[in-house]
Amino acid sequence: MAFTPLKETYPGKVYSVTIGMGNKAVTFGGENVLPFHAFEGIVPNKPVVAYEIQDMPPADWPENVRKPYEGVSDDPVTWAKYCQDVLKARAIALRLISTHPDRENRSPEDAAKTVSDVLSAIDIPLIILGSNHAEKDASVLVAAAGAAKDRNCIIGKAQEANYKTIAAAAIANNHKLIAMSELDINLSKQLNILVTQMGFDKERLITDPMCSALGYGLEYTYSVMERIKLAALAQNDATMQQPMLGDIGMYVWKVKETQASETDLPQWGSVEERGITWEAVTATSLLLAGAALLIMWHPKAIEAVEKVIEELI
Amino acid sequence: MALTGVEIFKLLPKTNCKKCGFPTCLAFAMKLAQRQTSLDLCPDVSEEAKQKLGEASAPPVRPITFGIGDKALKMGEETVLFRHDKRFVNPCVFALEIKDTLSDDEIKNKIEEVLTSEIERVGQKLRVDAIALMNDSNDVGRFENAAKIIATGAPDVPVIICTDNPQAADAVIKLFTDKKPILYGADSTNAEAMAEIAKKYKSILGVKASVSGGGLDELSALTEKIKSLGVEDMVIDSGARKAKDILRDNTLIRRAAIKKNFKPLGYPVITFAQRDESLFETLIAVIGVAKYSSIIILSSIEKWKNLAIFTLRQNIYTDPQVPMQVEQKIYKIGEPNPESPLLVTTNFSLTYFIVSGEVENSRVPSYLAVMDCEGLSVLTAWAAGKFTASKISQFIKESGVEHDIKHRELIIPGYVAILSGSIEDKLEGWKVTVGPREANGIPAFLRSRTA
Repeated sequence: MAFTPLKETYPGKVYSVTIGMGNKAVTFGGENVLPFHAFEGIVPNKPVVAYEIQDMPPADWPENVRKPYEGVSDDPVTWAKYCQDVLKARAIALRLISTHPDRENRSPEDAAKTVSDVLSAIDIPLIILGSNHAEKDASVLVAAAGAAKDRNCIIGKAQEANYKTIAAAAIANNHKLIAMSELDINLSKQLNILVTQMGFDKERLITDPMCSALGYGLEYTYSVMERIKLAALAQNDATMQQPMLGDIGMYVWKVKETQASETDLPQWGSVEERGITWEAVTATSLLLAGAALLIMWHPKAIEAVEKVIEELI
Repeated sequence: MALTGVEIFKLLPKTNCKKCGFPTCLAFAMKLAQRQTSLDLCPDVSEEAKQKLGEASAPPVRPITFGIGDKALKMGEETVLFRHDKRFVNPCVFALEIKDTLSDDEIKNKIEEVLTSEIERVGQKLRVDAIALMNDSNDVGRFENAAKIIATGAPDVPVIICTDNPQAADAVIKLFTDKKPILYGADSTNAEAMAEIAKKYKSILGVKASVSGGGLDELSALTEKIKSLGVEDMVIDSGARKAKDILRDNTLIRRAAIKKNFKPLGYPVITFAQRDESLFETLIAVIGVAKYSSIIILSSIEKWKNLAIFTLRQNIYTDPQVPMQVEQKIYKIGEPNPESPLLVTTNFSLTYFIVSGEVENSRVPSYLAVMDCEGLSVLTAWAAGKFTASKISQFIKESGVEHDIKHRELIIPGYVAILSGSIEDKLEGWKVTVGPREANGIPAFLRSRTA
């Protein structure tokens, strides 16, 4: 019996999204097949990994992921330049964590200034993230979007509770937008519909179905992503054809496996390598499920993931 | 090739005798086509039909048991391409390669690493399952020597004997008689001799396409040839070593087996993931775990690496239709003291992960009482009568948390605010506080209390 490969072609395709300016702009998405299935269709772009930086020193990060940024992470501008110039980042994700009412409760104006300062120091694309406080993010991201006007950034995350103001700010200042919902394909679809009904261009949207770490619900994110991808391709559902984000770092570096010392848990081995591996494994799994944009923390994990992307593409 | 319901129907007695439990032969045929019932239920089916149908109704990926006894490993039997459609059945096997070019002591150390690799995670014991002995020396004597050390040092661990030299295979396989090893290395140059040995020692045969790229075509021809020589249990290797090729071949193999019931590729897949760099090797293994490998060969098994790949295998092979549960107990988050708050929730794993994550985010050390509600989330458990005032009260009393805390205040999820009065009635001396409805409100809630 001769073997004939069963190739799958689909009516749908994922939108490709370009962020940033000039020759440092990056594009992700655009494929009309399952992740890395170039043998049966078009995979025009490789996934992008963005380095996360924050607008205040990362005192709450575990030591092993704080260390690589020692001496640069006290100031977001130095930190951003370090990622761009030394680590050769293709993109940066600036999380305005200090604006959270429970952290330093910094004002939207402060946040806008940080965004301007970082943008004037780098020429690679910037992703601007709030502190995940729905109410505060609405005002912070509006100010931040204004400060980044026409730099073609990604603003996020718009959630059900605050999408109207944030999407309007993204439209007014020519940015892309992340729409986040909580681990449910239907909620994700619904939010995309709501955002586009406001007049937001569906081709400028990025879906965040919510990340989870290896061992802590990863299989939920993995399957929601696979299902979104199949809906986009096989059912040609335009409300699910946005490229997906995996916000890896913040979920991975809070779990026990990335922090517990080898002295306490000798059977788990070196905590430094364990943490890096935890982040890289979570990221690679979600790439296979369909994520096109990742936000990560540890330079060594990012390096390994970029290497595996090169081999998969 | 898979038969349709109508094609199967034509082969049945068409008597509608109902002995199979279905109202008509056609109904039975439809269930057979969907692989939801077994032909054995029909007492009157002809031998000819049995043979035709047996072939067509066999599982698309052949079930094979590798090794014997407690450490035997089931492989194959997969029925889907995506885990959200139906559970992935048999978790992939992790095997450590041991080269026969190593010294005796190095081999012993590697065996020891395999034997001590067991880690317990959410109630399951996970370990490196097998050893792959490689004939890198090309020398029969060295190969035999290494095999002896393994056979003595790890007599229960299933072994993959890797060589393309039939002489070396014959010398070594004797040491694993009746242990159902895998003999890997049958290719287009040695198929007859290797098949002979596999038959003689009742081993599984590992079949490989040439690395230069005969690919799935060559592999299909080989498995058919070997089957005609009388060997039924095989594991297959397309020769893919690069990440992209592994993903492509594993996908095409699984698709051909599941969607077209293409028998020549309906066998478990063996993937060689070895790389110089251990972290990178881990990521190649990730591709194998997520995308259809049944055996993954590794060159090193550091503890941190094992924990990550074991956990991933557990995640990917979890039944998506059965809610994942965490153990019922009082979890300490941060380093709580007797004054720290006590929150209660259900044991659906996602509920637990999200709630405990948010409590962690609050940086307020707390006790989290996770109650067994058969893996249901808060609202569902409440609606199903599993998260009720009396059950919560009983759980809190029996949990012994009263010894850990000085206060008597219980924080319940906002969605079950309605229970607060009746819990207070049942838990004497306790005050019930209604917490936020959604977990993301927890940090602000906890911090506002300490402020």
